[in-house]
Amino acid sequence: MESLLNQLPIGLSIGAVLLLIALGLTFTFGQMGVINMAHGEFIMAGAYTAYMLQDWAGAQAAAVALPVAFALAGTMGWVLERTAIRHFYGRPLDTLLLTWGVSLVLQQAARDLFGAPNVQVVAPSWLNGGVTIGGGTLPYNRLFIMALAIACVAGIWAYQNRSAQGRRMRAVMQNRELAACSGVATARVDQLTFFIGSGLAGVAGVALTLIGPVGPSIGTYYIVDAFLVVVAGGLGQLRGAVIAALALGMLNSFAEFWTNASLAKVIVFAAIIVFLQFRPQGMFVLRSRALT
Amino acid sequence: MSERVRGYALFATVALLLLVVAPLALPAFRLDELAKYLCLAIAALGIGLAWGQGGMLTLGQGVFFGLGGYAMGMYLKLHDAGGDLPDFMVWSGVERLPALWQPFGNPVVALAAVVLVPVAVAVLLGALVFRRRVRGAYFAILSQALAAAFVILLVGQQGLTGGTNGLTNFYDFFGRDPEAESTQRTMYFVVAGVLGVLYLLARQLVGSRFGRLLVAVRDGEDRVRFLGYDPALVKTVTFAISAGMAGLAGALFVPVVGIISPSLLGVVPSLELVVAVAVGGRYALAGAILGAVVMNYAKTSFSEEWAGGWLYLQGALFILVMTLAPKGAVGLYQQARDALARRRGASAAAVEKPGVAVKEEVPA
Repeated sequence: MESLLNQLPIGLSIGAVLLLIALGLTFTFGQMGVINMAHGEFIMAGAYTAYMLQDWAGAQAAAVALPVAFALAGTMGWVLERTAIRHFYGRPLDTLLLTWGVSLVLQQAARDLFGAPNVQVVAPSWLNGGVTIGGGTLPYNRLFIMALAIACVAGIWAYQNRSAQGRRMRAVMQNRELAACSGVATARVDQLTFFIGSGLAGVAGVALTLIGPVGPSIGTYYIVDAFLVVVAGGLGQLRGAVIAALALGMLNSFAEFWTNASLAKVIVFAAIIVFLQFRPQGMFVLRSRALT
Repeated sequence: MSERVRGYALFATVALLLLVVAPLALPAFRLDELAKYLCLAIAALGIGLAWGQGGMLTLGQGVFFGLGGYAMGMYLKLHDAGGDLPDFMVWSGVERLPALWQPFGNPVVALAAVVLVPVAVAVLLGALVFRRRVRGAYFAILSQALAAAFVILLVGQQGLTGGTNGLTNFYDFFGRDPEAESTQRTMYFVVAGVLGVLYLLARQLVGSRFGRLLVAVRDGEDRVRFLGYDPALVKTVTFAISAGMAGLAGALFVPVVGIISPSLLGVVPSLELVVAVAVGGRYALAGAILGAVVMNYAKTSFSEEWAGGWLYLQGALFILVMTLAPKGAVGLYQQARDALARRRGASAAAVEKPGVAVKEEVPA
């Protein structure tokens, strides 16, 4: 029973990582219908930002890197949106293939710039150690990631619901044409959304450096699971993403506990298929009268 | 020349090239490589059917390819072992033949499983997913997740599947040495023949009433439903056919290349197949085949020269194709032909072919 309880914090922290990654996706996918396979490479960019800043900021690199990574990944996303993706609206499946091409190029660029082997980012010393809860230890770095996820969710929530720009964003998400008719500059909203969504990937990348090594293909490990979070949570739904990420993290860690790592993935996949039988559009659905 | 006659003439030319010219002109090593590309082209043909005609972007064809390949590989392994345990099971400390493996000792069962297992998996997934009207990007993501889970499962179950190494070291392929030049040559003809037959069958299907319905489902699923058809059924059947093709491709791949392993089946190889179809031209079945052969040939020759360069080139090519020529090489060819015809003063109406719908997918 005790070891079963140990799975709880592990599941929570897997969920927090997934949530950080899926937050950005749920915007770009939910609002713009863009399936951004290069999201994983924005994560990588964030992670390498922390690595590069080590020379300058030393052990505090991870903390310093958060805003830098947000800006860098966000800018990369913005450039991608401006140069390519904006020609693809209404063709979601094509954006998937397009951004996959981008992701290939970025991965190879990272391999050429930083080398193929993994690199290590030293976590700040104040993240060493952990708190002991009921027999299990919860490391500070995992706690930090959870706190970061909570902060990001709160920030996004406030942005969406309390700012004029966020209101426009929700308007575009709910009905693009009507928003445009009402004078919302949808193209500008799209740019900003893509910037924020990609920036969040950068933040997630910094968080990942705290729990593992950084490599050119770091993004590919997480991207599929993150997309599943979006699918299960519902497009563009903040609460859906939160619940789905935590549920998937939990399911993952408990399935791994009861069976093994390789079967756990299959169980998670089967669970999502079963879940979609009941809620084919994900947990929360944006009600609309539009057909298809 | 009418469109029909021209089509047959083209098919005959390609068949002549593949069946007569290539075996005479190419050294054994290159012919073997071509056989490998043609295997992948069979899987690509299935993607062309499901994605190009049916609008189902399946990013998990590697799973079906793998199921077919492993079915074949398991039979060959058991046959080589001759009643004992296959070598890799001994190495990983398995003591009794797992129940999953037992039916595959029989060649008839194994060969049937090559097609039937992928079809069964596709029917199950299709029935569950398409019935609930999960489509478009959702389906693409689910199929990709399936590929990811499948590979993790294969790698994890070392004793059952050979883990990362997969199944390899086959010594006897239906009484022949799989490495021998003559066997490789025969296999080439078998693969080319299977591809040709499947292509003709797929064309027949696309031209049939069912094919029309499939394109209609792609372009307006709800309208088809309102007309009283069942889009889920149409999609499930098509998805199953494409899975069966991938399974067959995987099974042929095993004797041609001599290995089936998880690294050939995961998210990236599955995506690469889709990429090839897109580059060749997704709306034409021939485009899928062309794309698979050309892209894999380019991959091999570039990787021999400069490994990293291929990834840049592939990525760049892909970005360019998606932005400038979403209909791929076949689309470019058609555009050029139509432009030429127009310049010659042919009426635009004669050039415009009715029935060849190349409409973009309706956004979700």
